[in-house]
Amino acid sequence: MLEKIAPGRLFRPVVALVVLVAIWQLVLMLTGVPRYILPSPMAVGSALIEQRALLAHHAGITAIEIVAGLIGGILLGLATALALARFRALRRTLLPLLLISQAIPLFALAPILMLWLGYGLGPKILMAMVIIYFPVASTGYDGLRQTPQGWLDLARTFGLSRRQQLLKVQLPAALPSLASGLRMAASAAPIGAVIGEWVGSSQGLGYLMLNANARLQIDLMFAALVVLVAFAVLLYFGVDAALRLSMPWHRDRVESGP
Amino acid sequence: MPPPGLVVRQASLTFGNRPLFHGLQARFDAGSWTCLLGRSGSGKSSLLRMIASLRLPDNHHLDLATSDGAPLTGRLAWMAQQDLLVPWQRVVDNVMLGAHWRGRPKPEDRQHAERLLDQVGLADKAGQWPDELSGGQRQRVALARTLFEDASVVLMDEPFSAVDAITRLELHDLASRLLADRTVIMVTHDPLEALRLADRILILQGEPAHLVSIPVPEGARPRPLDNVDLQHRQAELVTRLQESAHA
Repeated sequence: MLEKIAPGRLFRPVVALVVLVAIWQLVLMLTGVPRYILPSPMAVGSALIEQRALLAHHAGITAIEIVAGLIGGILLGLATALALARFRALRRTLLPLLLISQAIPLFALAPILMLWLGYGLGPKILMAMVIIYFPVASTGYDGLRQTPQGWLDLARTFGLSRRQQLLKVQLPAALPSLASGLRMAASAAPIGAVIGEWVGSSQGLGYLMLNANARLQIDLMFAALVVLVAFAVLLYFGVDAALRLSMPWHRDRVESGP
Repeated sequence: MPPPGLVVRQASLTFGNRPLFHGLQARFDAGSWTCLLGRSGSGKSSLLRMIASLRLPDNHHLDLATSDGAPLTGRLAWMAQQDLLVPWQRVVDNVMLGAHWRGRPKPEDRQHAERLLDQVGLADKAGQWPDELSGGQRQRVALARTLFEDASVVLMDEPFSAVDAITRLELHDLASRLLADRTVIMVTHDPLEALRLADRILILQGEPAHLVSIPVPEGARPRPLDNVDLQHRQAELVTRLQESAHA
């Protein structure tokens, strides 16, 4: 797996990043957009360095919210998927509710959570959990449902109970499907936390962005955004690496592609 | 413990509105190898699934009795056309899959699994992933997994139909040797396979279907390909199967 982080693999993303920054600079020079609308890459870079203590403090808060939300959302989603697969009665009542819950816009939910839970970390963690919960629950349940019949036949002739069948056969068989839900969750988690911070908070990257915006510190606002993007990317690759490690048999197919 | 014989009574299966068979009777002698043939859709695989108490989408009924009166549960092993190896376990763990799935395997389970891998000629593959094996090798692992269950009744649904002809002949010899003294019921499409392996050949034919017993070649199984009687019977069996398709 180590050879996958070799320079050859990093080359293209780095080139893409450099090109993007160059376009950004070019747009600035060609259009003469004022600095309070779009700061230069240099200005954002220096804000990142000069304000690193401030950024680090707020980034730490947001990181806690994201990770706590991610863990909570995954555990809750997984528990829901298992319960849905195990109990027929639950499927009939809970499944429609689950779908309806997806129709509620997250932004509409945020002020209510704020009202109930206050301005602390709680509502932000809950927002991140809510946004992660559905993809994990639905991909997990789908995966559990689509266990090949042959393995279920085998489980039956082995004399397995329904519970053993669920945990020993259906759950590992669902892992590849669940993994795509977890990757989705990893990239969605920062969104939940930041929305929570926008609606009402006194710390975190979302708060820092709003605050900098109000004070026309656009370079700081962009610097906070850069940190947030870095978080999202790191989280995605972290979850991806963890999934590869937990599915060593899947490695070859993932690397060589279909 | 000696293997039980099986008696099937009042087997019926309805596919949609069409009865495939009704009031079907069959007897499978203790320690014998029976091959079940018939055209596609005759219900032979379904009959096998019914004996194994596996899930079926269609309406079905079956009275099953064993010669020793004890229930079949826990004495039965299943082998399907697909090898059904799970990709998340290594080869040796696939052999002892039953132990893994039922609970925590003991050290002697692993030793037993390694011995069985040795018997099917794959001792050196124990630590590999199933993905790294060929189709024939995978089916040999499936055979070892079937043996691991140490069941006295083995039900096989076209177990060797997905491998090439030469591999299939090798698997016949292996299976015949390792499954000796067990009650085996095997569904197959391959007349040659049936003639090499069976103590008894049954064809499911007619509508609704009934079972017809076909004489098997002389000699101990697995019968070699140059067995004169086998070649003679092969033409006869193919003709019978063609007739059953037109009946």
